[in-house]
Amino acid sequence: MLDKIKDFASDFFVTGDPLIYGADVAIVLTMAAVVFVLSYFKKWGWLWREWLTTVDHKKIGIMYIIAALLMLFRGGVDALLMRTQLVMPEMDFLKPEHYNEIFTTHGVIMILFMAMPLMFGLFNIAVPLQIGARDVAFPFLNSLSFWLFFMGAMLFNLSFVIGGSPNAGWLAYPPLSEKMFNPGVGQDFYIWGIQISGIGSLMTGINFIVTILKMRAPGMKLMKMPMFTWSVLASSLTIILAFPILTVTLALLFIDRFLGAHFFTLDAGGNPMMYINLIWMWGHPEVYIVILPAFGIFSEIVSTFSKKKLFGYKSMVFALMSISVVSFFTWAHHFFTMGSGANVNAFFAVSTMIIAIPTGVKVFNWILTMYKGKISFKTPMLWTMGFIPCFVVGGMTGVLLSVAPADFQFHNSYFLIAHFHQVLIGGVAFGYFAGLYYWWPKMFGFSLNEKLGKWAFWLWNIGFYVCFMPQYLLGLMGMTRRYSSYSWDTGWFELNLVSTIGGFLMGIGFLFQVWQILHSIKFMQKDTTGDPWDGRTLEWSIPSPAPEYNFATEPRVSAMDDWWEKKQKLASGGAPEPKPALEPIHMPKNSGIPIIKATFWFIAGFGFVFDWMWMAIPGLIGVAACMLAHSFNYDTDYYIPVDEIKRTEAAAGRGV
Amino acid sequence: MAQHPTGHSHDAHAHGDSHESHGSLKSYVIGFVLSLVLTIIPLVAVLNDMVEGTAARVLLLVTAVLQFVVQLFFFMHLREEKKPRWNLMALILGLVIVLTIVIGSIWIMTYNKVA
Amino acid sequence: MANHGNHAASGAHGHDHGHGGHHDLEALRQMGFWLFLITDCILFGTLFATYIVLHNNTAGGPTASELFEMPGVIAETFILLTSSFTSGLAVLCMNRGNRQGLIGWLAVTAILGAAFIGLEVSEFLKMVDEGAKISTSAFLSGFYTLVGTHGLHVSVGLCWMIALMFQLRKHGITSVTRRKVNVISLYWHFLDVVWIFVFTIVYMMGVM
Repeated sequence: MLDKIKDFASDFFVTGDPLIYGADVAIVLTMAAVVFVLSYFKKWGWLWREWLTTVDHKKIGIMYIIAALLMLFRGGVDALLMRTQLVMPEMDFLKPEHYNEIFTTHGVIMILFMAMPLMFGLFNIAVPLQIGARDVAFPFLNSLSFWLFFMGAMLFNLSFVIGGSPNAGWLAYPPLSEKMFNPGVGQDFYIWGIQISGIGSLMTGINFIVTILKMRAPGMKLMKMPMFTWSVLASSLTIILAFPILTVTLALLFIDRFLGAHFFTLDAGGNPMMYINLIWMWGHPEVYIVILPAFGIFSEIVSTFSKKKLFGYKSMVFALMSISVVSFFTWAHHFFTMGSGANVNAFFAVSTMIIAIPTGVKVFNWILTMYKGKISFKTPMLWTMGFIPCFVVGGMTGVLLSVAPADFQFHNSYFLIAHFHQVLIGGVAFGYFAGLYYWWPKMFGFSLNEKLGKWAFWLWNIGFYVCFMPQYLLGLMGMTRRYSSYSWDTGWFELNLVSTIGGFLMGIGFLFQVWQILHSIKFMQKDTTGDPWDGRTLEWSIPSPAPEYNFATEPRVSAMDDWWEKKQKLASGGAPEPKPALEPIHMPKNSGIPIIKATFWFIAGFGFVFDWMWMAIPGLIGVAACMLAHSFNYDTDYYIPVDEIKRTEAAAGRGV
Repeated sequence: MAQHPTGHSHDAHAHGDSHESHGSLKSYVIGFVLSLVLTIIPLVAVLNDMVEGTAARVLLLVTAVLQFVVQLFFFMHLREEKKPRWNLMALILGLVIVLTIVIGSIWIMTYNKVA
Repeated sequence: MANHGNHAASGAHGHDHGHGGHHDLEALRQMGFWLFLITDCILFGTLFATYIVLHNNTAGGPTASELFEMPGVIAETFILLTSSFTSGLAVLCMNRGNRQGLIGWLAVTAILGAAFIGLEVSEFLKMVDEGAKISTSAFLSGFYTLVGTHGLHVSVGLCWMIALMFQLRKHGITSVTRRKVNVISLYWHFLDVVWIFVFTIVYMMGVM
């Protein structure tokens, strides 16, 4: 009996590596500390009422961002482990199997569990406030989306200590990811972790499209919307069109593994190339999903910190929307070398070059917005300025890669690695950092320390170039991706060494950001104005942090950058607009169903990973029960009385 | 949440009402009869080998698409949506993507056949 | 797959706040559901693409024309078509404020849906019995997954319709239940449309 348990445990838990034992201890200690603190300060009830069951978009946004920053830490540690292994030839720091797992989890976590939630966090924080709405269209669904993401991410991360991590690369190409070559549970963790959080992403996409199209404040015509809101619309549209493809592709892979089907196997008529075709039909739009909101953030920031209207508003809108559609016609450029024939490669090479055009338009718009502006170099603006050259170079190397014949040389080399890190770090990560710094005062009611922020920015920015510029050269010298080791006679040592130094510089940059946040919490500089940057859009017209109902009275919009125009009118001696009378505000009630339902998904997913039907089936039944419970619940909303609104507004220093 | 979705509140109303004021028994019956006819034509023609090969494929796809249109108009009342026609736009975009997926996959995989 | 079927219901049941008098809100939800149907369209489109690409890869196993028996399939088609019509009649009754008629036509729709599922399950069982399993060939993997996903959608719709009938008995026709009926009838028409293409591309083109 005891032997049986021992046997089971040594399979069930990941063993044999001191790094992992260290992580085990750290995880257990952290969890114990969290439980202790919550119990000691009697905060369990507070946590449940105020956060876990909340349907308030601002709190959901904050939870997304916290989760994303934790994932950034995990993904960043993965990256530094890889750079350490590659620092010199014939390193013996990570075993090849371990290296495979780390590059897989690094990719998945950074894209799906870091970039996506950070993006959704910023959607949630900013969009309803920018369009003058009191919440998103479907607050319950919003909470469910968050918890599905969270449980999916936890399931994926669990593979680190239980069962073993996936190791077939971030897109899990078959046949390597098939049962025949990958019999462990790692790939099943991959499938279910992404699948569960993917459902959440899909629902968020629907939620924000309806919110933006239907819930704008009176007078805010589509062409008066803030640019970030436009970019969220474009991104959400791409989400709802692309994510179902991912859902199906992963489901088919799972059916192959679970039921022995033959979609992507090597035998019985399966075709692994079909997987590659399908996954990139999602995968390519996915990179635009994460970059478009970053474009929106840059547009807001450039205009705010240059004190000018955004140059070329209409062309920007056109560029965003056309990118979101054209992104569906370029997927095959990820597998030019698969051998789909000259016509296919030619078509997709041209469509890829075409999509670079609207992107180029944007760069000119940002530069011309700054031209003759009164620029103030606050941290959000710094990240924006760092982004432009970085993204231009990244975009150019992308165009090089899109030349199909040349791609046969670049394919899967470090040239490609450097290219996509340049657009993803220089574009997406810089963009979301900029957004985080920009909206931080609105989220929490205090500003972040600028000086530490500048240190963080320069470390990241310099670290980036030191890390990735050498990788372009390494790629041209023949170093291909996913090597866990290389020999002395390759001549790749010096450039790899430089690259690793750059990686650690970015790591130090991240530490500065953590320090910056802790420092700013300690020496709190309260934002009493609600408008610390002299902003232009509606979110800056209300107190920081925004009250739970956002706007005491529904704003009336008459112009683009409406808040800026109103401020200008007041400054030039115009009379303030009369304030409409307060009315009770209709609000959705909190609900425990989303977190419970997501937990059941987690249980079901875990059951499927281990082929434990006794666990998976009750999990699915729990999911169904939660749906029914929700469907039969007709008591879902309440009103905030006028007195309470008056008290809240007065406490924020606003007379009504 | 509670606020009135005022950007297009009149549209929202109109849309909400569309299923109430429209969709008469007549339109459902016409839709049903057309669907039946469009199902029977290919059945009879193809199963009795009245058409074959490419012609049969074309007939099958055309009747299927027509039936889709019939359902859209007579059952789902797509025509009665008020401006701006978000639902129609979303549908068209969705169908473009579906066609891209199907035709693109066929095209790309033609050269990668394994059996 | 199971995963998706449940998602179908969550899209519908998921956004559910407010009640009587919040007419705008119900319109928002209806729009949200329409967008969900678009995503479902793409889901089926991807399954169709996979089926079409792999359908000749029978790997020595049975082919479509050896396997499919049209009488059952034709019956399924007419049953689902009729149920699409009866779900429309339910909406008509609702618009006239006739609660009994509404519940009655929903019940008829549900019974037809159950008959469809019954026929499909027996068809699948018979095929498996003849040795045509999901693991036999890529063609059959694609077939069972595509047709099965549709069947799963119909099953989820059935459960949902039954839950809705209970709600209609309890709450009557309110703006909330009205939206729910509208949404489920849209869903049902949509499943009928998907079936038309399953019928055409999988069965008719398979046997011709």
